[in-house]
Amino acid sequence: MEIFNNLIFGFGVALSLQNLIYCFVGVFVGTAIGVLPGVGPLVTIAMLLPITFNLPPIPALIMLSGIYYGSQYGGSTTSILMNLPGETASVVTCIDGYQMARQGRAGPALAIAAISSFFAGCVGTLLIAMFGPPIAEMALKFGAPEYFSLMLMALIAAACLSSGDMVKALAMVVFGLLLGIIGTDVNSGMARYSFGLPELTDGMGFTVVAVGLFAVSEIVKNLESPEKGEVFTSKIKNIMPTFADLKASALPILRGTGIGAFFGTLPGTGPSIASFSAYMLEKKSAKDPSRFGKGAIEGVAGPEAANNAAAQTAFIPTLTLGIPGSGTMALMLGALTIQGIAPGPQVMTAKPDLFWGLIASMWIGNAMLVILNLPLVGMWVQLLKIPYRWLFPSIIMFCAVGNYSINNSAMDLYLVGVMGILGYVLVKLDCPPAPLILGFVLGPLMEENLRRALLISRGDPTVFFTRPISLGFMIAAILILLTMILPAIRKKKVEAIVAGGGDKL
Amino acid sequence: MKVRLHENKDLLAGLLMVCIGSIAFYMALDYPFGSALRMGPGYFPRVLAGIFVAFGIYVALRGLRTGEMVQGVWGWKALTLITLSFWVFGWLMDRIGLIPSLVVLFFVSAFAGHEFKLKEVIILTTVMIVFAWAVFIYGLGMPYRLFWWD
Repeated sequence: MEIFNNLIFGFGVALSLQNLIYCFVGVFVGTAIGVLPGVGPLVTIAMLLPITFNLPPIPALIMLSGIYYGSQYGGSTTSILMNLPGETASVVTCIDGYQMARQGRAGPALAIAAISSFFAGCVGTLLIAMFGPPIAEMALKFGAPEYFSLMLMALIAAACLSSGDMVKALAMVVFGLLLGIIGTDVNSGMARYSFGLPELTDGMGFTVVAVGLFAVSEIVKNLESPEKGEVFTSKIKNIMPTFADLKASALPILRGTGIGAFFGTLPGTGPSIASFSAYMLEKKSAKDPSRFGKGAIEGVAGPEAANNAAAQTAFIPTLTLGIPGSGTMALMLGALTIQGIAPGPQVMTAKPDLFWGLIASMWIGNAMLVILNLPLVGMWVQLLKIPYRWLFPSIIMFCAVGNYSINNSAMDLYLVGVMGILGYVLVKLDCPPAPLILGFVLGPLMEENLRRALLISRGDPTVFFTRPISLGFMIAAILILLTMILPAIRKKKVEAIVAGGGDKL
Repeated sequence: MKVRLHENKDLLAGLLMVCIGSIAFYMALDYPFGSALRMGPGYFPRVLAGIFVAFGIYVALRGLRTGEMVQGVWGWKALTLITLSFWVFGWLMDRIGLIPSLVVLFFVSAFAGHEFKLKEVIILTTVMIVFAWAVFIYGLGMPYRLFWWD
C-alpha cells in the first residue's frame, strides 16, 4: 500500500528531534491561545508568521499547523470549566460542557472532549493522506481556465458561506484582489499601485497585511471596552469518564467526525459551522432531546469531534489545490509562499517530505495534545489570570520584530500601521477581513490564469463555460450565489450563525 | 428619530469602498488596458476597481435604507497609540538598536491599555526584552545590534 509507505516516510521526517520540538511548541502555544479569550488562532498565526520566515519550511509549517489545531483543542477547556469559549468553534461546547462542570462532572467532560478531539484529529489526518494524492493528481491536469473557475468558485463560496453580510464579504474579496495587484506586473514589468515606493514594487508583504488586518484590529477592538473582572477557577476531580459515558459518546463522536470532515473541506464554513451542525444533529437524533442544555455528554462529544475533524480536513484544498478555504488557511498558504514554495498540486510531488512530514506531525501533535490537555488542565486555567494589558504589548512586540526581520526594513512596519488602521475601520464597519486575505492570496494567481485562459482561447470568454470541468465550477459558483440570494435560505443561515456564535474563521 | 449619517455603518463602509475603488480606477488609467486576448497591466485592476465601486454604491444605498449604526465605541486612542508604536519602533530600529527600540514600543503601546501602572510596565518590558533577546537574537540568530554603540 502506497499510502502506508508515504506515511512511514512522513513519520521519518516528523520524528526528527527538531521537528518534534517545533510540533510541541506549536501545539503548546495553540493550546494556550485556545484557552485565552481574546487571542484567537488568526491573531496568533499572523503574529508568528513573520518569525517562521527565519525557520526552514518544514518546521515552520509544522509549528503553524500545531498552533491551528491546538487552538481547537484548547478552546474546549475554558468552555467547559467556565462557560467562556476561547474561540468561536467552541461556543457550542459551552452549552452542555459547562452544565456538566456545574454538576461536578468537569473531569469526564474534559476527557470526552479530548478523546473525541483526538479521534477526529486522527481520522482527519488519515483523510488528508488518503484524498490528498488523488485530488492533487487530478488538479495537475487543470489548465488555466479550470484554475480560474475553481478560484472564482472558492472565493464566492468563502464569502457566501461565512457568517455575516454576504455583499460586504464579496466586496472584501474584491478589495483583497485589488491589494494583491500591488507590485510589479509579471508580464509587462510595470509597477502597479506602488505609490512611488520602491519597497512596494515587490508587492505588499503577506505578513504585513495579515498582521495589520488581524492582529492590530483585534487588539484595538479588545481595548475598546474595559477588561472583564477576575475569573473563578475550580478544582477538577476524577478525570476518567465512566463506561456509560464512553458508550453514550461513541456514536456522536463518529457522526461529529463525519460532519466535521465534510465541512472542513468546504470554503468558508470551517470548524464553527461544523461544531454547530454536529450539535443540532445530536439533539435531533437523541431519544430524549430535553437532556440537551442540561449536561448531555453527547453535546460535548459530537461538536468537539466535528471542530477538530474540520480543522484537519481544511488542509486538503489548501495543500492539494493551493486554494485556502478560510482566513487561517490563507495564512498557512502565505507561510508556504514566504518560504519560496509555490502552493498547488505540485507541492506533493516536488516536496514530499514537507507534505507527508506535515501530515505525520499532525498525528503526533494530536497525541501530544491529549497529554497537554488532560493532566495539565489546571495549569492552563491559571493562564486566564494573566491580564490583557500584559498580553497585548507582547503580541505587538512579536508582530513588530517579526515583520522587521523579513526585509530588515522600517517600511514594512509603516505599512503594518496603515493596514492596521484600515483593518480596524473595516472591522468596525462589519466588513470581514478574512475574505479580504483570501482575495489577496489568490489575486495574482487569478490574474495570471485569467490572462492565460484568454490567451489560449484567443480572447473568447466562453472558454470558461465550454470546458467541462471549468463549467462545473462555474455552475457551482452560480448555484452558491443563487441559493444565498434566496431569502428563505439566507434567513436559516443567519439563525444558524447567530446560534453558533458566528464564524470568524 | 434623528438621522446620524456619520454613524451609519453601511453608508460609511460603502463610501469607503467607493473612495478606494475610484482612486484605484483612476490610478489604473495609467496602465495600458490591452484587450481580452492580450490583457494589459491595466485590465484586471480597472475591472476590479469598477466592481468594487459598484459594491460600494450598493452598500451605501442599503445603509441609507436600513440605517444600522456602528456598534460600540471607536477605540481611536488605542488605534493611534498602537499604530504609533509600530511606526516608532520601525524608525528607531534603523537607528538605535533593538533594546531601546523595544523599550519605546512597550511604553507607547502600554498607554493604549485601560490602566497604566509604571511598575508593571517596567517589569513587563524587562521580562519581554530578555525573552526577545533569547528568542530572536540567541534562538533565531537575527543579526541586530542591541544598542546604538554595538
